[in-house]
Amino acid sequence: MAEPIWNRFADAVRLYAQYSGVSLRAQMQYKFSFFIMSLAQLLATATEFLGIWALFGRFGSLKGWTLAEVGLFYGLIGVTFAIADALARGFDTFSELVKSGDFDRILLRPRSTALQISARDLLLTRVGRLVQGIAVLGWAIHSLPVLWTLPKLALIAAVIAGGVALFYGIFVLQATLSFWTIETLEIMNVVTYGSTEAGQYPLTIYRPWFRAFFTFVVPVASINVIPANLLLDRIGTSGWPAICAWSSPLVGFIFLAASLQLWRCGVGKYTSTGS
Amino acid sequence: MSGYAAVFSARFRMLLQYRAAALAGFGTQLFWGLIRVMIFEAFFASSSHAQPMRLDETITYIWLGQALFALLPFRTDPDVSQMIRTGSVAYELVRPVDLYGFWYARAVADRVAPTVLRAIPMMIVAWLFLGLRPPASWECGVAWGIATVGAVLMSGAITALMTISLLWTMAGDGIARLMPTIVLFFSGMLVPLVFLPASFQPIVDALPFRDIIDVPFRIYMGHLPPSQWPALLAQEGIWLAVLIGLGRWFLSRSMRRLVVQGG
Repeated sequence: MAEPIWNRFADAVRLYAQYSGVSLRAQMQYKFSFFIMSLAQLLATATEFLGIWALFGRFGSLKGWTLAEVGLFYGLIGVTFAIADALARGFDTFSELVKSGDFDRILLRPRSTALQISARDLLLTRVGRLVQGIAVLGWAIHSLPVLWTLPKLALIAAVIAGGVALFYGIFVLQATLSFWTIETLEIMNVVTYGSTEAGQYPLTIYRPWFRAFFTFVVPVASINVIPANLLLDRIGTSGWPAICAWSSPLVGFIFLAASLQLWRCGVGKYTSTGS
Repeated sequence: MSGYAAVFSARFRMLLQYRAAALAGFGTQLFWGLIRVMIFEAFFASSSHAQPMRLDETITYIWLGQALFALLPFRTDPDVSQMIRTGSVAYELVRPVDLYGFWYARAVADRVAPTVLRAIPMMIVAWLFLGLRPPASWECGVAWGIATVGAVLMSGAITALMTISLLWTMAGDGIARLMPTIVLFFSGMLVPLVFLPASFQPIVDALPFRDIIDVPFRIYMGHLPPSQWPALLAQEGIWLAVLIGLGRWFLSRSMRRLVVQGG
């Protein structure tokens, strides 16, 4: 007789908590190291925003967008990427498992591979980037001359959740690629770090082909201009109807589901390399 | 001297082996450059004020940056860090060479090899298709070449200093972790230094990091007049002497109190 689904789910959550607890405790063994790494992250992203601030000081505005508006875009992408990067560490470094043949051991255990890989490592130092992203986002929300209604704040939370799902999906895709090749995975940086770099600004400032890539191939637009136009009361000017803005967080979850489906195909294709 | 040249050349040839990584890196740099060019195009389209650098100059600056990115002292020497961690750094001490010179030569090779692999194809592609201008004049081209040699020496001195700092604090390689941010910002890689607010200018002018990116690039595009070259060269020379002297001093002090771990 099959176990009830909620039992299996509770079991998965317990296992995930146990695995990530081990990872967290291991990282907290080196408190000073953790502190410095988080501080380094914080400073790195803070200087990035300092650069944007300096450019606004010179140029005044960016194709009609103000610094506070760009702060909203920057904060959204910073927060979502920091969370996804911390949670998806196991997928990000997955090619090592394929290279060493250690993935075989994971296949032997009676739990889903995706669960085990995702719980394998939780990168706590991303808290530096997260703090900076929250600070910029908070500052933007505070200083924008926009009426922040409850639905709007709920949309921000949903967009963050959708963005985390989207970036998580990208990391899963990157890991899935390593079933076929472990060479030149660096090119995936174009997608992961490329989208965080591009998504710091409204996508409307870029050329059409580039915008199309980040709207329809890697749907960064779903956490960028599409919801932001509604948040910033620019909905009439954008060409995206309000319904798209409200449903944009779903895009990330659909992307994640598709990535996990591909991952299952990849696991089926896997042949061990270990010695 | 030939010993250090041999170290340099062995390390250089070893690093040239990573061609696939270089190709992937090339794609990434190209993509990054495109994003940055589009951002600056959008900024320039938004303002009619005179800027300290024209758009076509900024584009040249961006592509030179993408081509010469690997010059930046981003990381410590990975092999030496490993040796310090495992304790096999003790073997480095029995070599009949000057240790600083040895590590410095390695650091310079670490910068030159990836730069050579990446810079030449990037400059050709950027010059053909993406708006990289040739040097403003042949004098500027020659001066840029000299300034780039200076950039390599400066970057090597900073890398050596970062590596030596590992002898002091292994905990999280503190300085080495904070360095990339400082270097990115103060070299001009993040934003060309002339775009920073006026209050920042005296600080960035005094620091050595601009000699790696900003100064060579602006010499290239004729943005720094020849009358300023001697002063720039003198400042760079002083900084080089200070950084190398500091590295030597730290190294000799830490060698006296070195405790080798492992057994």
